[in-house]
Amino acid sequence: MQVNEKKPLIVAFCCNWCSYAGADLAGNNRLAYPADVKIIRVPCSCRVNPMFILRAFQRGADGVIICGCHPGDCHYTSGNYFTRRRMAMLFSMLDYLGIEKERTRVEWVSAAEGAKFAATMNDFAEKVAALGENKRLEDLRCKR
Amino acid sequence: MQKITREVLIEKAASLLNEGVVSAVYGWKKGEFVYDVTPALFTTTEELEKEFVWGDFCGANFSKYLVASTRKIEGKILVFLKPCDTYSFNQLLTEHRFDREKVYAVGIPCEGMADVSKVKAAAGEGIIAIESTEEGLAVTTLYNDAPVVVPYAEALAERCINCKSKKHVAYDELIGEEGDVLESGRFDQVAELEAMTPDERFAFWQNELSKCIRCNACRDVCPACTCEKCVFNNPVSGAETKAPMGTFEEKMFHIIRAFHVAGRCTDCGECSRVCPQDIPLHLLNRKFIKDINTHYGEYQAGAEVGSRAPLVNYTTEDVEPCDVFERGDKNA
Ligand code: SF4
Ligand code: SF4
Repeated sequence: MQVNEKKPLIVAFCCNWCSYAGADLAGNNRLAYPADVKIIRVPCSCRVNPMFILRAFQRGADGVIICGCHPGDCHYTSGNYFTRRRMAMLFSMLDYLGIEKERTRVEWVSAAEGAKFAATMNDFAEKVAALGENKRLEDLRCKR
Repeated sequence: MQKITREVLIEKAASLLNEGVVSAVYGWKKGEFVYDVTPALFTTTEELEKEFVWGDFCGANFSKYLVASTRKIEGKILVFLKPCDTYSFNQLLTEHRFDREKVYAVGIPCEGMADVSKVKAAAGEGIIAIESTEEGLAVTTLYNDAPVVVPYAEALAERCINCKSKKHVAYDELIGEEGDVLESGRFDQVAELEAMTPDERFAFWQNELSKCIRCNACRDVCPACTCEKCVFNNPVSGAETKAPMGTFEEKMFHIIRAFHVAGRCTDCGECSRVCPQDIPLHLLNRKFIKDINTHYGEYQAGAEVGSRAPLVNYTTEDVEPCDVFERGDKNA
């Protein structure tokens, strides 16, 4: 059991067509990013239901990041435009409820941007680590 | 408070029933207490004469009832709609939730409905009779000899203080005169909350939402929530019951409930009206409405049939999720 040094647990929802490939590229290029980033592959960033994000937090994630294709480059033409509206609304609501806004993020990462993927994850993990453990969003009953 | 009388409504309903235009009428019946008026379907004039009530507590929005009843009942249903109800009516039509042909909508004017919690706070518990008088509601309780008069302004429900419109956006027939869309201060309280620090906001919502008993009344009454299978009924979600205080479960319910109706919520105020715990749910809905207005252009759900809700729409120039927080350093 870890006692003192708690590393932040980060859930990254990555679009199959861009960001997931971007993560692959980061790996191929041996670019380091924190091992505590758990990647969940989704067919499109707009597959991410707001409930997924809240559930991840309840189960103990400290930060959730959604990565998708750059606007205009969606494999399904318009999926990420919907993501953008939905997440803008959801994050604003979380902020309204007093939840630290640094715990959530949306980034557009293409399949060619392995370096951006690693840099984004490093930066995000750092910000989340600075916030400390996720207390406001966790639910002890859900934690495994 | 209400200018039209019970007699006018009964007369209209009875004549439409007798002419055979409609086969059933939505109206209100007296409930267990004088203030808990219950929506009911009437099919005969005798029933109407005997049980139909109308007054300052007849706030129920009938729009959602039409979804189930238009499928069951042969012929048309007469429904009385206050201005705010007509927005929900349109929104449901936009979403193809009922057949317009099966409804005969009569627009009725509304002067604002009373909130029983406010009446109780002013006059005390144990209410046995409430009379509408010139000065206000004359309330008789078990514990007072002479009725306590609560002025209308003090008894007015929150949603009616901040009424957004006295204009009927849908009807077949209108009783009384057409009103206007109003300038309301309905976003003021949202702005006040936004101006607080995150910790203050968290404390505010923790306090409010932990009162929730997860009765789901806010969901059941909502004319925007008309899914036949709801995520909150899923028995394996582990989320269908009351959570212990201090967990996130309650907040999750409220975020998702408000999110599912974001862009479709007409701000009818039914959710806050029915909440037995008096949780200001309108502050969640209005936050979404305010954000949508700010970032995606003014939008009033239900103002017209067939409009495209903002969250199922997009432009290529939309604001980035990280930029919606731009409200100054106070949020840092
Ligand atoms: S969320 Fe509340 S205010 Fe909005 S449509 Fe539903 S019941 Fe009405
Ligand atoms: S009506 Fe009130 S108490 Fe019931 S579930 Fe909704 S917020 Fe909770």
